[in-house]
Amino acid sequence: MRLNFHSIAFWLLVSLLIGFVLLPAVVTAIVAFNAGAVITFPPKDWSLRWFERALTYRDFQRGLWNSVIVMLWTSVFAVSIGGAFAWVIDRCDFPGKRLLEGLLTSSLLIPSFTIGIGFLILANQVAMNRSFAVVIVTHVILVLPFVMRAVFVSLRSIDPSLERAAASLGAGPWAVLRTITLPLMVPGLFSGLLFAAILSFNEFTATLFVSAQATQTLPVAMYNYVREYADPSMAALSVMFFVMITVVLALTNWLMDLGRILAIKSQDH
Amino acid sequence: MTRSSIFYWFVTPAILLALLYAAALSCILVFSLREHVPGSLVVGGWTVENFSFLLRPLLIAVFSDTALICLLTALATLLVGYPIAYALVRVRSSFLRATILIIAITPMFTGEITRTYSWLLVLGNSGFINAALLQLGLIAEPVQMMFTLPAVVLVLVHFTLPIMVIILATAISQIDPAYTKASESLGAGPLRSFWHVTLPLSAPGLIAGIITCFAWTFSAFATPQLIGGGKVNMIGNVVYQIGISSFNFPLAAVLSLAGVLFTIVLVGLMRFALRPLDHIRVG
Repeated sequence: MRLNFHSIAFWLLVSLLIGFVLLPAVVTAIVAFNAGAVITFPPKDWSLRWFERALTYRDFQRGLWNSVIVMLWTSVFAVSIGGAFAWVIDRCDFPGKRLLEGLLTSSLLIPSFTIGIGFLILANQVAMNRSFAVVIVTHVILVLPFVMRAVFVSLRSIDPSLERAAASLGAGPWAVLRTITLPLMVPGLFSGLLFAAILSFNEFTATLFVSAQATQTLPVAMYNYVREYADPSMAALSVMFFVMITVVLALTNWLMDLGRILAIKSQDH
Repeated sequence: MTRSSIFYWFVTPAILLALLYAAALSCILVFSLREHVPGSLVVGGWTVENFSFLLRPLLIAVFSDTALICLLTALATLLVGYPIAYALVRVRSSFLRATILIIAITPMFTGEITRTYSWLLVLGNSGFINAALLQLGLIAEPVQMMFTLPAVVLVLVHFTLPIMVIILATAISQIDPAYTKASESLGAGPLRSFWHVTLPLSAPGLIAGIITCFAWTFSAFATPQLIGGGKVNMIGNVVYQIGISSFNFPLAAVLSLAGVLFTIVLVGLMRFALRPLDHIRVG
């Protein structure tokens, strides 16, 4: 793009819009290092005490622990169930296939508060409303479409002649799956795992419905904190969140090119 | 092991999960037709009385507010997202492209609570914007931004921006740059060739983006809950109040059911309204 009036105006506009995206994160960072309990702009003194408070606050610690438990189970279930099901959808035909696929990807369209209230009522019917199981099942339903999509992309990119070659050399279906298909699915399974972990760790709305005091995850603990207190510990916690997510995204981009995963091609001209 | 035994091993867990999910969704359907017993989670006999709840003026206002917020958010996100997506496709430096991409999609991964909380710090009465305007002497009193509909829309735009940018950038990147070059070599300025070539060719992305943002906004909960503060309510907030605060599962079920149907109808209407865009020609 040549440097002329139009392109300068365009890049100025883009910088302004990027500024809009960044503004809350920047303001939160300023607040997090504010020394006082009352938030003022600009802060009079700087300190790290809110980071200490955020890390030692009991509800946050327990919430983090619960979130990690839920995240691990959700990722394992979502990737194994979703990965296997994506293979079935791609390779097999059976009656009710469209219905099953439609149902298991419908959480993209159904609001998460609806899914939350559904599982809350169901859990109450079977007296399991205080268990981790209901939180984990809800999370698996919510992240499954993303996992399946990631696995699909890598299944489609497998050259079918590789599987045919293995089969013609005498490998049984199970051996073909184990030695050819599964290793080639690894990138898809890995990005599915990443999606499942991040989405589950951040899930809030449905979790608010299905979690109890004992199974409260970190986002729910944070929500309860915001409603009761106004000190900057939440800002400190948010800054840690932002930094963690940015590092994960930058690493993913470095390892496997986010633009390619999201199917955005660049154009030079 | 044969191929069909692999099939059974692989499909059974998905069927079990789907059954659990179907059971949860059926609970909503069944509870919407049961009587509420005040002070108890156990429901009474069968009734269709619950559905009359939807006709109360309060509920009609919530539904129309929700539709308005979704529409405004989808359109505003399009205006904010288009230049970013365009920049993403056209920027030459791969470092700059990665930076813009990461900044633009981070809000999708930071979680509803963190994101909404950080906007509280920006928009509050003693928040960043008011403090800056006061210190510059532009205003004498803090401007009330919290608990207003425009503030809720602003924060929702921040939330739906990543998906809009991804959808638009995918659509724009599929346009052959030769078209733009051709129109410029025929004497069209950059604005003219953008308006007559790039924009119409990205129409499928525009439609997909608007509809996706609309549907995403519909299920918003944390943003209207914290930024709207009970003054701006969307359907999710009312479901929560009725379901969790007053334990009236039958009414909450009716409302979620109506919410799902409402989204399906609105998304269908939007598809229909946006159909002319699909047949747009370059000219």
